Amino acid sequence: MRRNPRWIAYTLIFIGLLFIPRLFSIHDLMLFEYGLTFAIVGLGFNLLLGYTGLLSFGHGAYFAVGAYTVGMFAKYLPQAYSLELLIPAALFLSLVLSVIFGFLCVRHTKIFFSILTLSLSMLLYALLFKLYHITGGSDGLRVPLPTLLDMSFRGIRRPEFLSGTYYYFLLILFAVSCVIMRGIVSSPFGKALQAIRDNEVRAELIGIRVRRYRLYAFILSGMFVGLGGALWSFVNGHVTADLSHWVFSGEIVYMTLLGGFGIFEGPIIGAILFTYLKLYAMGNTQYWMFVIGATLIVLVLLLPNGVAGAIAVLLAKLKRKKAFEGTTC
Amino acid sequence: MLTVDHLKKHFGFVRAVDNINLQIREGEIVSIIGTNGAGKTTLVNLISGYLKPDSGRILFFDKDITYASPYVRIKLGVGRSFQLIQLFGNSTVLDNVRTALFSKYGMIRKGLLPADRYSSVTEEAIQILNNFNMSDKKELTPTGLSEGDLKILDIAIAFALKSKLLLLDEPTSGVATSDKFKVMDSIVSAIKKEGVSTLIIEHDMDIVSGYSDRVIVMHEGRIMAEGKPDEIMENRDVKAIVFGIVS
Amino acid sequence: MWVIYTLNGLYFAALLFLTSLGLNIILGVMGILNLAHGSLYAIGAFMAAWTIIQIATKALAPFIFLSLLSGLVLAGVVGFLMEKSLIRAMYKRTLEYQLLLTFGALLLLEDVIKMIWGGQAYYASAPFDLLGSINVLGHVYPIYFLFVMCITFLAGLFIWFFMGRTKLGIMLRAISLDREMATGLGLDIGRLSTFAFVLGSGLAGLAGALVVPTTPALLGIGMEPLILAFIVVVVGGLGSLKGALVGALLVGFTRSFGIAIFPEIELPLLFLIAGVILVVKPQGLFGR
Repeated sequence: MRRNPRWIAYTLIFIGLLFIPRLFSIHDLMLFEYGLTFAIVGLGFNLLLGYTGLLSFGHGAYFAVGAYTVGMFAKYLPQAYSLELLIPAALFLSLVLSVIFGFLCVRHTKIFFSILTLSLSMLLYALLFKLYHITGGSDGLRVPLPTLLDMSFRGIRRPEFLSGTYYYFLLILFAVSCVIMRGIVSSPFGKALQAIRDNEVRAELIGIRVRRYRLYAFILSGMFVGLGGALWSFVNGHVTADLSHWVFSGEIVYMTLLGGFGIFEGPIIGAILFTYLKLYAMGNTQYWMFVIGATLIVLVLLLPNGVAGAIAVLLAKLKRKKAFEGTTC
Repeated sequence: MLTVDHLKKHFGFVRAVDNINLQIREGEIVSIIGTNGAGKTTLVNLISGYLKPDSGRILFFDKDITYASPYVRIKLGVGRSFQLIQLFGNSTVLDNVRTALFSKYGMIRKGLLPADRYSSVTEEAIQILNNFNMSDKKELTPTGLSEGDLKILDIAIAFALKSKLLLLDEPTSGVATSDKFKVMDSIVSAIKKEGVSTLIIEHDMDIVSGYSDRVIVMHEGRIMAEGKPDEIMENRDVKAIVFGIVS
Repeated sequence: MWVIYTLNGLYFAALLFLTSLGLNIILGVMGILNLAHGSLYAIGAFMAAWTIIQIATKALAPFIFLSLLSGLVLAGVVGFLMEKSLIRAMYKRTLEYQLLLTFGALLLLEDVIKMIWGGQAYYASAPFDLLGSINVLGHVYPIYFLFVMCITFLAGLFIWFFMGRTKLGIMLRAISLDREMATGLGLDIGRLSTFAFVLGSGLAGLAGALVVPTTPALLGIGMEPLILAFIVVVVGGLGSLKGALVGALLVGFTRSFGIAIFPEIELPLLFLIAGVILVVKPQGLFGR
């Protein structure tokens, strides 16, 4: 697998990405960083959707948990406001919430699952919104620059922080997330999840504990999304209750589908595309929701496998054509 | 190794299974034939655990499994295929079988490496596919397979679970007539190799006489006749009732 | 004050009942959870508000009925267009695609509303003012709220009668109970589904139209009713008329008493109740 051309391509891409801060303007770099955080979210979300076959319309809740962990630390535990503590804390709290919500949700499937996940995330939204003394309500919480190990960034402004140390921190975590997720989906556990997705009854019949593994997938997915949320909060500088609203969860589903949920890289591509699409639309028209909505509709109708899926189909066709042409005289 | 003892299952007035006694020895291939509604599928459902009987016992290797859940019976080694194929439609043929093996060996929770790294399990999966003459198709998904291949794959998965007793419900139904023997050859050669006992419900008499060690004839919930295939084919009552031939 | 809280509870419940009834009919007959349902509510609201402002007479009857009618009809028309274009495409797809398509429609319609009516608030309180107040058990209470409850009661009665007694209604119920059987009986699923969708959308539009004399029509006005209707459907049970009624009452009273007594907890409490009911009885209280 190490010699696999895919891994060579990924390594090259990773090396290429190291140079981005030098090539992009601050504004574009921030956009790209938004995209990277959502890519991590997409990877996590797709474990549940693409590989286990469960559509959650409430994953914003875990994103919010990750983001608010950072915000709350900033407000209540400023002495511990350091990346090496914040990231594990965000992961831990997302784990806790996904265990609780997951346990309640995986007993159901299909539409009930979607409805339940939506309701639970809205419960969190309502709590974040109403308990404004603690959470800042609709104003949300500020996210100042954190410290990393011994490095303090006092005196630097956010754009410089983001184009310097933070970019590499984010990039490394992104790469690690990809590697871990890749490992999960190709492991026997990942295969079992796919079996559950394809045929729940048969999976049960070959001895797979369907409900339990769905829960594991749910938890892992929640943790990845929470990580994305925490990392996102530094780029955004600010967290609000909307992160747990079902419309935001809908955007998470959107980007996963945009990229294609049938392919591993799909959500990554979808996340980056969606980030640019949304900001481009918002920047160019006041009717950006129309643009996003219309694009979504067209996408679902024409490219059900997402952009990555369509590319894969195209590549397969070209491969076949080449093979065919090679055999004719 | 399978003993069915005075088994009864009634649905109201319908005596689906009416006082059935039978035994299957290790390594035997037994076919059950009979008219529609004779109770064959009900019997298989009782043995595999999808139905519980009104009275009687089922013993598997001397263990009483009469009221055990299907899951428990699968763990003990009672495997079953269904008339409607149940496959993992979006996974490869190899994965269909290999995942069953991973499950069998309890590796799903412990396996941290990519599935392909587990060479022994992968080899075993390929070996099973070999036995069924399907290893050349291992990278395909079920959507690209013929009806006969789908059936074989379905049985191969049950096989991977190391069943000691296989219950096959009309394994060649839906398969093109020209493929039926090919399908049965693949299945039976794999079965014989591992010494798995098999109970087959079949309607096609060519298949029955070609592959069975023994034939059981059911009619209206009871066993009407039992014996070697050629004996059964010559039995006058069987011919009359099951085949509608009156001489 | 309890009289007021109770009456308010009934008022909230009435509006919710209409909205969730529409959602329920669509869900029951077509199996589709229309995430854009709130946008249809908003369309009804804006249309009615605009009508009221345009008419600007003191004659009460035309005021009210024209505005309600216009809201209902426009929502129905939009629903029709939606069904013909999008929903058709969804029949063959899975749940994910359904939810996404209606989500896309929601985003789209929110901006369409913005395009047509702009971003400002439409104040259309004339009918409310004209109707005045009445003395109920020693408290002064606006007549308009009672009017809303009446209209809703009539609408509910109409739907109940329609579903139970008319041929068309029975056909719709047949489809919602067993789609395959219904096809086997020769029912025109396509046309009936369109009808169900239009009916459901119209009900949402009516609810929106009813609310504008009390609340200005603003962008995003349909979001909260959507979520609340959602809770009602979930709590009451998918596809159940009785469930919609009970659910609406439950949510309406929780809302009314919640806001009065402990405003902070009201919204979370609703979701908590919904969550608990879903966990214990996922089909809802009266669901199948």
